[in-house]
Amino acid sequence: MSSHGENSYYIPHGSYWPIFMSVSLTTLLVGFSMLLNEVPIGKIMMFVGLAMTLFFMFQWFRTVVLESEHGTYNEQVDLSFRWGMFWFIFSEVMFFAAFFGALYYARILSVPWIGGAGSELTTNTQLWAGFESMWPTNGPAELGGDYKIMGAWGLPAINTALLLTSGVTLTIAHHGLLENHRKPLIWGLVATILLGVLFMACQVLEYYEAYAHLNLKLSTGVYGSTFFMLTGFHGMHVTIGAIMLTVILFRVLRGHFTPEQHFGFEAVAWYWHFVDVVWLGLFIFVYWL
Amino acid sequence: MSTTTVDDHHDEHPGFFKRWITTTNHKDIGTLYLLFSLLMFFVGGAMAMVIRAELYVPGLQWVEPGFFNSMTTMHALIMIFGAVMPAFTGLANWLIPMMVGGCDMALPRLNNWSFWILPFAFTMLLSTLFMPGGGPAGGWTLYPPLVLQTGNAFPFVIFSIHLMGISSIMGSINVVATILNMRAPGMTLLKMPLFVWTWLITAYLLIATMPVLAGAVTMLLTDKYFATSFFSAAGGGDPVMFQHIFWFFGHPEVYILILPAFGIVSHIIPTFARKPLFGYSSMVYATASIAFLSFIVWAHHMFTVGMPLVGELFFMFSTMLIAVPTGVKVFNWIATMWRGSMTFETPMLFAVGFVIMFTLGGFSGLMLAIAPADFQYHDTYFVVAHFHYVLVPGAVFAIMAAAYFWLPKWTGHMYNETLGKTHFWLSTLFVNLTFFPMHFVGLAGMPRRIPDYSLQFTEFNTMASIGSFGFGLTQLLFAFIVIQTIRGGKKATDQVWEGAEGLEWTLPSPPPAHTFDVPPVIK
Repeated sequence: MSSHGENSYYIPHGSYWPIFMSVSLTTLLVGFSMLLNEVPIGKIMMFVGLAMTLFFMFQWFRTVVLESEHGTYNEQVDLSFRWGMFWFIFSEVMFFAAFFGALYYARILSVPWIGGAGSELTTNTQLWAGFESMWPTNGPAELGGDYKIMGAWGLPAINTALLLTSGVTLTIAHHGLLENHRKPLIWGLVATILLGVLFMACQVLEYYEAYAHLNLKLSTGVYGSTFFMLTGFHGMHVTIGAIMLTVILFRVLRGHFTPEQHFGFEAVAWYWHFVDVVWLGLFIFVYWL
Repeated sequence: MSTTTVDDHHDEHPGFFKRWITTTNHKDIGTLYLLFSLLMFFVGGAMAMVIRAELYVPGLQWVEPGFFNSMTTMHALIMIFGAVMPAFTGLANWLIPMMVGGCDMALPRLNNWSFWILPFAFTMLLSTLFMPGGGPAGGWTLYPPLVLQTGNAFPFVIFSIHLMGISSIMGSINVVATILNMRAPGMTLLKMPLFVWTWLITAYLLIATMPVLAGAVTMLLTDKYFATSFFSAAGGGDPVMFQHIFWFFGHPEVYILILPAFGIVSHIIPTFARKPLFGYSSMVYATASIAFLSFIVWAHHMFTVGMPLVGELFFMFSTMLIAVPTGVKVFNWIATMWRGSMTFETPMLFAVGFVIMFTLGGFSGLMLAIAPADFQYHDTYFVVAHFHYVLVPGAVFAIMAAAYFWLPKWTGHMYNETLGKTHFWLSTLFVNLTFFPMHFVGLAGMPRRIPDYSLQFTEFNTMASIGSFGFGLTQLLFAFIVIQTIRGGKKATDQVWEGAEGLEWTLPSPPPAHTFDVPPVIK
């Protein structure tokens, strides 16, 4: 019905994946809510929901990959995917923008105001007498107690190098794909994934350092909040990106993708570069300045 | 062609549940969105009835103050995210592929998912009313620290907002991809019907702002459960920071709720004035200007909260600037009607009602934009009157107009014109009886979101309550007309309206499940 010829736009019929995704995601979120409300069954429900979500996501993408490999998608469908991925990444950019906005607001406005800047002298003298504006800070109440900050030129600098290199290796892989040289394609992907995993290992080490030796925690005032939420969501995105790259690697090993048609590869590459760029923002504004 | 995919291609007559749950057809999904929106319109409306019953006379009579607060909060969340936004998305689903000559939405499975998240999200949200501590009661704007006092409902509210956000973002990505990629050859951007244009810009606003809301509510969640201090001055944060982030989403959001309405009215007025739309390209540029300005006006919601003087001035002037493109639009609608051969079928009545009453709401908005005047108006019923004028006889009237205008196309039947006109006149009478007196009590200082009030406000409040009950009952008539039209009635022609122009009117009424499999030729 949907296909009148080789060149028609493919309209799938009767898909169960969306409703299964909704049920899974709801299970996950209701479970998490119950966990936060300290209802005993919450934790189990959350993990069941998470497993279901991952399973159905896998199935849904599997369907799309199979359809793609059978040549179901014409150029116009390919372009729809491109627009879809582009705007999805834009929405992710805006999600990070909210947290960067919070960081700038705290650094440029709220912390100086608590310190009595501008016309806010009484805020300081009446409410938080003795507090001097500075950054980083855990606030006038010194939440979480004494802490040390995360310097930029240790692990974070190494991580910057790792991620930037991974962008290069991914581009090498892409050129391999375009020129139909499978060897640089495969090794480029493997290198990118390894660099991503290494990056995450460094992040875990850094978090361990922060909690164990620096007394820098999520509860360390607004510095701790912005530091861990920004780097945490970024780390989550790197993990997702690394998983997506792994899927692409497996597809490459099975002989998927041609020099002409390989949007799956490109979508993941776009995502990886987006994660890379967010990291540069983090490195400059969270760690360095 | 390929038959080896997992999804079924051949089952063209699935059972009832299978059809509606697994559908990837833009018309079916459009219908689901519209029916869901109608249901939520009545759920949110019932909450408004509770509010107006309590405010019928001063004193506390029907409900606990806490429950009253959760009614005002939930009424807003349900009407915004459950009634108006899904109605526009439903219209987009039904109309955009037909208007641009595409065979369906660009990403059909994702389209199904965008809809089928909503019933789950709203079940989650509504279930909070039955939880220990009650539903959210701090207002739909979720300001901390008040909202952090919510009981067990809190994480459920936050996650239901996340789900609604996912639905909106996915739906909007689909709309953008459809408009940019599914147009028939020859349908250039500046030939697109205005409903398509306004939705393209709305979708962009949604993709840009819904993730910011997601970020804001995530910070609320971590502030409450994971000891962060984004919105606590003790840790160096600021509760006002939440308001900035929230309204960075919230102000574009109010244009999300009205731009598609502008598009609808720009279809209906030319049809019944039997003249082409006056100033098509200026309409497109005005819509884009409104969208741009919507990103730099947010803090006008916060004049009394406190910000540096330059901030007050900047946000005051940028807000007033919006009156310019909006004025262009109103001018164009009136110029379209000027010397037209006008008839006043129900859709036209709702559209003309929209132009007049939306403009009234725009004027009160202009008053509120003046920072020093806003110091008096802030958090009074004047604000309630303002945004209900732009949302009820504004957005909701446009949706009703769209329903009457395109129902004959969708169902193949004409609705009952007498009942339709009755619906319009009763709605118009009651909507003004409800919201007009709120201007007066607001200017006299009656605060919003309080279940009790001073004796001198009694008469106007009683009037408003009677108006709201009348408006609520009148909408049952709308539901009746819709059901009656779906079930039968006079056969509609393909063009339906004498003056109707556009690709959707070249299709049969009702259109077959799959239309424009072969792209039409655009002149």
